[in-house]
Amino acid sequence: MSDNGTVAAATWEQVELARHPDRPYALDYVHAIFNNFLELHGDRVFGDDHAIIGGPASLDSKTIMVIAQQKGRTTSERAMRNFGMANPEGYRKALRLVRQAERFKFPIVAFVDTSGAFPGAGAEERGIAWAIAENLVALSAARIPILTLVIGEGGSGGALGIGVGDRLLMMEHSIYSVAMPEACASILWRDIARKVEAAEALKLTAADLKRLGLADEIIPEPPGGAHNDYGLAADAAAAALRRHLKNLESIDTDRLVEERYQRYRRIGATA
Amino acid sequence: MFRPKTRYVALPSPRAGVGEEIDRLICPKCDTSLEPARLTAALGVCYRCGYHFRLRAPERIAMLVEPGSFHEEDQAITATDVLGFTDSQPYAKRIEQSRATTGANEAVTWGEAMLAGHRLVLVALDFAFMGGSMGAATGEKITNAIERAMQGRLPLLIISASGGARMQEGMLSLMQLAKTSAALGRLAAAGVPYISLLTDPTMGGVTASFASLGDVIVAEPGAMIGFAGARVIQQATYETLPDGFQTAEFLLAHGMIDLVVPRAELPAVLRQLLDLYAPNGAGPELQLQRPIQTAAPAPAATR
Repeated sequence: MSDNGTVAAATWEQVELARHPDRPYALDYVHAIFNNFLELHGDRVFGDDHAIIGGPASLDSKTIMVIAQQKGRTTSERAMRNFGMANPEGYRKALRLVRQAERFKFPIVAFVDTSGAFPGAGAEERGIAWAIAENLVALSAARIPILTLVIGEGGSGGALGIGVGDRLLMMEHSIYSVAMPEACASILWRDIARKVEAAEALKLTAADLKRLGLADEIIPEPPGGAHNDYGLAADAAAAALRRHLKNLESIDTDRLVEERYQRYRRIGATA
Repeated sequence: MFRPKTRYVALPSPRAGVGEEIDRLICPKCDTSLEPARLTAALGVCYRCGYHFRLRAPERIAMLVEPGSFHEEDQAITATDVLGFTDSQPYAKRIEQSRATTGANEAVTWGEAMLAGHRLVLVALDFAFMGGSMGAATGEKITNAIERAMQGRLPLLIISASGGARMQEGMLSLMQLAKTSAALGRLAAAGVPYISLLTDPTMGGVTASFASLGDVIVAEPGAMIGFAGARVIQQATYETLPDGFQTAEFLLAHGMIDLVVPRAELPAVLRQLLDLYAPNGAGPELQLQRPIQTAAPAPAATR
């Protein structure tokens, strides 16, 4: 019992690190890793969602399409970013950028950092589920290399909506879960206070996902967590991104897309 | 007053808990007490107010296909507790209980069948099996069905009823959203039609994947369809939700689905859709812009 308690407490520490208010957010990584990032705006349908940002950027004088979930640091920025919870417009902007990346043969680097898609009446009215599902299809078939990097929280379908790709990399203290522990505790125990147990049961740490064969690589963070040294965290992330991009770019496109299909096809396969 | 001991009748249960013992049904919408035989004759639709009760997967299938034409596949595939998940009880025990109460091994049943003279691949989710939630085995069966539709160039009908992803399988469950959607992307690229029928309820990760990807999306009247639940939305935003929020009619008005069809009219509408979209099966092999490569000797081919 005390062993379980200890394990659960350690898992919860990971959850808190992943959500640390001083943790580097997507733009911190983007500006540290890339040059010339040009943020593009709008989904061409309804609006511009500040919880998902994106646009082209340079890495070693090649153009990469960046798509990222962005949280805010100050109170006003948090409100502007909707606490990193995207509406359908965010996913549709991301879709627009995926299509553009395919057209110009820009590899995609997606930074995942959200507790989930926004649970709001407007999001439902404008088809949040439809927007996410379209992205799953588009990303799974896009004829360009796609790297996904979870930097903080990967929450549910809201994370997956920009998170389908060829490789899944996770910062050491990031988490990725089918549902945030609070939501899971509320659903299964009908008691949000059971969130620590839920976090442990969900197997949501970077190490868990690596063990489950879902994450390809864990990127080490500076001692105590990425918030202690943005530069070191970004350097480690940049090195991993370069290495994986180089590897993916050497793969023939038909094979790349087929291997991406099989990557997901295998998960939970019984045969 | 204690409630008298009731006997179980194999009828669609109302929105109350799965496996609840009932001998007389009260319509949750109009409070009419309904006779089981008449309710069954009315296809599980309240004969007073038109309220659509939930149906089990076998009832769904029997209601739509030509008698004796359904050949179930992957019957043996069953959920496994990979994570060793325990909430108020172990997941392994929940699986066992669901198998016992439903007589099925998973929350989804699929096979080939004949419907209105068309051969098709039919998939039906069952809310009675752990809320129709999608775990790895659920996703595997659905993907097998999609791949069968593609290989056989048979139109695909998926009848959804699900609370979403299955918490107890963690990320293995979430990844089924990507897996099923990727397979449907290939089906669409191959020009094989997919009709998605949404029934009460269709929520969460199921809506955010295969359920919303139909070439044509049909829903039953009054079905609750959405991503986040109303309670979650209210807790997160304190918004007052409009009347009829997340009902089939609400989604139709917002442009998210094509048709709302009462249960009794489903066979006729499905026939019309199949006649229009698959006049000769799913049509001849299309010349694809990009040939879709199938993995060398993939296990899928022998499955």
